[in-house]
Amino acid sequence: MESSRRRFLKVAGISALGAGSIGAKPVLNAFAATGGGHGEEKPVIKMVPNKESLMGTRWAMVIDTRKLTSAGDLEPMIEACHKVHNVPKLENKNHEIKWLWEEEFKHAFPGKINRYIEDEAIAHRPFLVLCNHCENPPCVQACPTKATFQREDGIVMMDFHRCIGCRFCMAACPFGARSFNFRDPKPFIEEAELNKKFPTRCKGVVEKCNFCAERLAVGQMPACVDASKGAMAFGDLDDPESEVRKLIRENFTIRRKQNLGTMPSVYYIV
Amino acid sequence: MQKKLYNKNVVIAGLIILAVLATFPFWYNHGKAAPAPKPELTEKAKAAKECIRPTAYMKTEHMQLLDVWRDTVVRDGIRTYVNEAGKEFDMSLSNTCLDCHSNKEKFCDVCHEYASVDPYCWDCHIENPKENE
Repeated sequence: MESSRRRFLKVAGISALGAGSIGAKPVLNAFAATGGGHGEEKPVIKMVPNKESLMGTRWAMVIDTRKLTSAGDLEPMIEACHKVHNVPKLENKNHEIKWLWEEEFKHAFPGKINRYIEDEAIAHRPFLVLCNHCENPPCVQACPTKATFQREDGIVMMDFHRCIGCRFCMAACPFGARSFNFRDPKPFIEEAELNKKFPTRCKGVVEKCNFCAERLAVGQMPACVDASKGAMAFGDLDDPESEVRKLIRENFTIRRKQNLGTMPSVYYIV
Repeated sequence: MQKKLYNKNVVIAGLIILAVLATFPFWYNHGKAAPAPKPELTEKAKAAKECIRPTAYMKTEHMQLLDVWRDTVVRDGIRTYVNEAGKEFDMSLSNTCLDCHSNKEKFCDVCHEYASVDPYCWDCHIENPKENE
């Protein structure tokens, strides 16, 4: 018994050494390859943010509804947004895709409705609504694949590559800001309207406003803000000198469904 | 002791038919191997001489490169790629890759078809920003 164990350990030890001497070389080579130290051999590849990119830690939007009194005032912004992002125009209400759209006060702010508010202009004023890019986004918690996520600058983004179209996020969003592609959207984008710089979506994914993340990356303001002639402002809430903070400081602002605690980042001056 | 094969004719004929059918794809396609495709370069790609990385690397690794690009752009918002020569590129399939390689059918598709792969990039990413203009 004892001698056989002894023999077994001897053989095992020798074969481990043998295997080691054969196996060790590639292992060492692999270490050398990953360990660096050969600057001139290994190409230096870097991925960096765009130089002109706008940086922020808490992007937000302020919409001055006093300057937007009719549906016609909202049209250029909606048009600009939907054009730049290849949002299809589907006539069927059930299939409609919306990034930025018009809503009545009573629907946009259901908790803030007063009985006799009908007398005032505000009740009939069209409100521009979009994804609120909540600080505490329920859609992100609901998403089972992390296709929707919150960036470090506060933007709630969609990764269409990962979206499986389960629509939990649509159920979770209290603002109806998300649309599902029931049909392939491509035939519903006019050829002449197509923005070739931006991808379209495919059938079976959920989409919504992305706060123009692709425009911020090249130093531009969101498309709707650019088209609003000063009725909308965009900036960083964490920067006390930003335009949005200034507007919030100087005006009375409301946000949608604040009582739900999602902390929307879109403020309305009323 | 001799064993008897019942229905000898039918069984043997059946076996022959089976053998022929099973090997049909081999002898039918024998000698007809499709030649390896030669992707064509556009004038712009020819003029540039080199892609963002060496050609051999691009041939074998472009899918991994694009996969890293898409995650880095979408997830981290990082959009500039600096290659070993220090040259900068916008990390975008439609706006960078397909700007040069604007002949998808003759550049991308020939190999993808040969290798029988079906990438769904073009379901959303506009395949040919130049030609459609």
